[in-house]
Amino acid sequence: MTDATFVPAALDPERRAALTRRRYAAEKRFRLYGVGAIGVSIAALVLLLVSVLGGGLPAFTQTFVRAQIYLDPAVLDPSGTRDPDGIRKVLTFAYAPLIKRSLETATAELQPTVPGITPALLAGMVSDGAPAQLRNYVIANPDSIGETVEFEFLANGRIDQYVKGNITRESSAGDARLDPAQLDAADRLLEAGVMELRFNPAFITNPDASENRPEAAGLGVALIGSAYMMLIVLVLSLPIGVAASIYLEEFAAKSWLTDVIEVNISNLAAVPSIVFGILGLAFFINFMNLPMSAPIVGGLVLTLMTLPTIIIATRAALKSVPPSIKEAALGVGASKMQAIFHHVLPLAMPGILTGTIIGLAQALGETAPLLLIGMVAFVKDFPAGLPDGLFDPATALPVQVYNFTQRADPAFVERASGAIIVLLVFLVAMNTVAIVLRQKLERTW
Amino acid sequence: MKTLSSTVAALALAASLPALAAAQSRGQIQIAGSSTVLPYASIAAEAFGENFDFPTPVVASGGSSAGLQQFCAGVGLDTVDIANASRPIRESEIETCAANGVKDIIEVRIGYDGIVFASKTDGPGFTAFTPAQWYQALAAEVVRDGALVPNRARTWAEVDPSLPAAPILAFVPGTKHGTREVFEEKVILQGCEDAGALAAIAALKGGDEDAATDACVKLRTDGASVDIDGDYTETLARIQSDPNGIGVFGLAFYENNTNVLKVATMSGVTPSTGTIASGEYPVSRPLFFYLKKAHIGEVPGLKEFAEFFVSDAVAGPDGPLAAYGLVSDPELAATQARLANEETLDPAS
Repeated sequence: MTDATFVPAALDPERRAALTRRRYAAEKRFRLYGVGAIGVSIAALVLLLVSVLGGGLPAFTQTFVRAQIYLDPAVLDPSGTRDPDGIRKVLTFAYAPLIKRSLETATAELQPTVPGITPALLAGMVSDGAPAQLRNYVIANPDSIGETVEFEFLANGRIDQYVKGNITRESSAGDARLDPAQLDAADRLLEAGVMELRFNPAFITNPDASENRPEAAGLGVALIGSAYMMLIVLVLSLPIGVAASIYLEEFAAKSWLTDVIEVNISNLAAVPSIVFGILGLAFFINFMNLPMSAPIVGGLVLTLMTLPTIIIATRAALKSVPPSIKEAALGVGASKMQAIFHHVLPLAMPGILTGTIIGLAQALGETAPLLLIGMVAFVKDFPAGLPDGLFDPATALPVQVYNFTQRADPAFVERASGAIIVLLVFLVAMNTVAIVLRQKLERTW
Repeated sequence: MKTLSSTVAALALAASLPALAAAQSRGQIQIAGSSTVLPYASIAAEAFGENFDFPTPVVASGGSSAGLQQFCAGVGLDTVDIANASRPIRESEIETCAANGVKDIIEVRIGYDGIVFASKTDGPGFTAFTPAQWYQALAAEVVRDGALVPNRARTWAEVDPSLPAAPILAFVPGTKHGTREVFEEKVILQGCEDAGALAAIAALKGGDEDAATDACVKLRTDGASVDIDGDYTETLARIQSDPNGIGVFGLAFYENNTNVLKVATMSGVTPSTGTIASGEYPVSRPLFFYLKKAHIGEVPGLKEFAEFFVSDAVAGPDGPLAAYGLVSDPELAATQARLANEETLDPAS
């Protein structure tokens, strides 16, 4: 009976049906827009993943080539005494011609099928880092001087790109750093099994390499630098952030001062990250005299950057705990601190942890604040273990991506994509942990 | 409670940081400065670390001016030891340095860098240029019928019939790059002079040579000349997406990408390490690094690294720097001798 009063009497059934149709159509359209929006986001994600994976996965494999090298005593130990200091005095520059000379037999074997090949071209197919590899071996094994030893070298970046199919004979025509005879030789060596493409864990473990050796560049120093910084961020920003939010949310009396602090925290969360880098240079390096390029400074700068995020997330989490729980605890005689630490905080934990991990993930991807504190740099030596390593120079994963993209040799493009993959894996892992924690710890009322 | 005690621990850690830092003495050399010199410095640093027991120097980039600013911030282990620069240090920078206590600066010239003009291999036939053509194509205002008028040239053929009839689209280094200065001075200003425009503009401006120079190097803003503030990789990407574009590159970058880029001659000379070393190729500049004499002996291996950097094996014509694209300095021996004697810049000069 009463239902009928909701239908305006003036509307005839036909018009009512039209209105209903329009309402349904509007809803259908909205759903389509929603599906479209999701479709666009998924397409963007797929595009990103395909381009990064397609470009970066080859970085995890590398071309290796085996060669017999005669360790000439006349060059490597001129005094003939096998004195370690004397051997150390022979620099890598003396080892390079040794490789060239040792490859003369291999050149002679290749010449019938590859007429254009010369020892110099063949030696050019080996990484620029090979002399250093030889020298380290000779210093470690002085007795091997005078013998012919088989070594496995990295292939030069251009050859590696050819083996991986990133460049072809056509696209590399006119490349002054690559001779067609080298490509023919690479084909023969691959057939003979002397040269092979295989998984290369050194991309993860090696330090960065200079512009002449894209094939040797790795992410080792960047990974350690990022790990050290994340450790500092976690150890500092979680307790400080949580303590600040508990105090602001539960203890502080509401006054103009807390309002000012609140506004400032929200503002701080929106400050461009480079500003924190400027602060880091001025305060941590110039005033506190902390070393440049060190993860400690990077970690402190990123802590400052992450704190507002954690405080905002923690306060939201604390607010979402129903006040009845705290009131019940207070009602049975718990002190305010007991009520908060025994009842409110555990219930707010999933939100706090999610906020922390999201803050950490954000800090992991930052480059700009590291620019001014000297972490956007070429760092070859690994930092020491904890805690001394915090003061040694290091880079970070996003910095390594940036560094790789700036280099002239096209082979670095692949390594930049590879570094992005590693960075994405870390981000996905962190976000997964956040989701799992939230699901495990979440309570409903 | 747990949270509280860990907060206390964290605060204690934060408070102990300066003490820890003071206990640390710096083992490795710190280098900052020009992104053009960065590849050479990192190649030298890598080889230095491989061959000696000293740690590998840390090479940061950020530009010549930013590097020299850091360099001049003071003396001490929290400042950089070496600044790389793609231009000589300025008088004002020497003064800033001196004001901050950096008095004895050793200047080391590592070699020369060529600036080349390259376009896509399958683009229009840009094979030969003169500075005058670049000036006429890119200057904001040109002299016509005795008056300064905005440059309206649309294609290279309008500038000079011998050039392809392709639209003018040049990617030139942005003003924050040291390369820009060399480009303005050796190409645009030179072209202005060669075309007789410098004298004409000076006459129009009542004999004011400085005003005429400024007018010469002002580039078009109507899209024919595009400033690239990023690196050569960005210039390359722009050329690859627009085949009519022509870009300004460093010789080393070009030599690493000869399969996608073709280079044009300048005043009839093909850029190469040979023609740049002999001075035939007109557009080149010296590359430097600056060293604090006060840090020699304080930072382990500093002088050894500087000497290694300019040794014949590294910076010579057959060394790894030349392999990357550095034009070896014919007077390298003099540089080595000056470095060995630790000869500093004369503050009065």
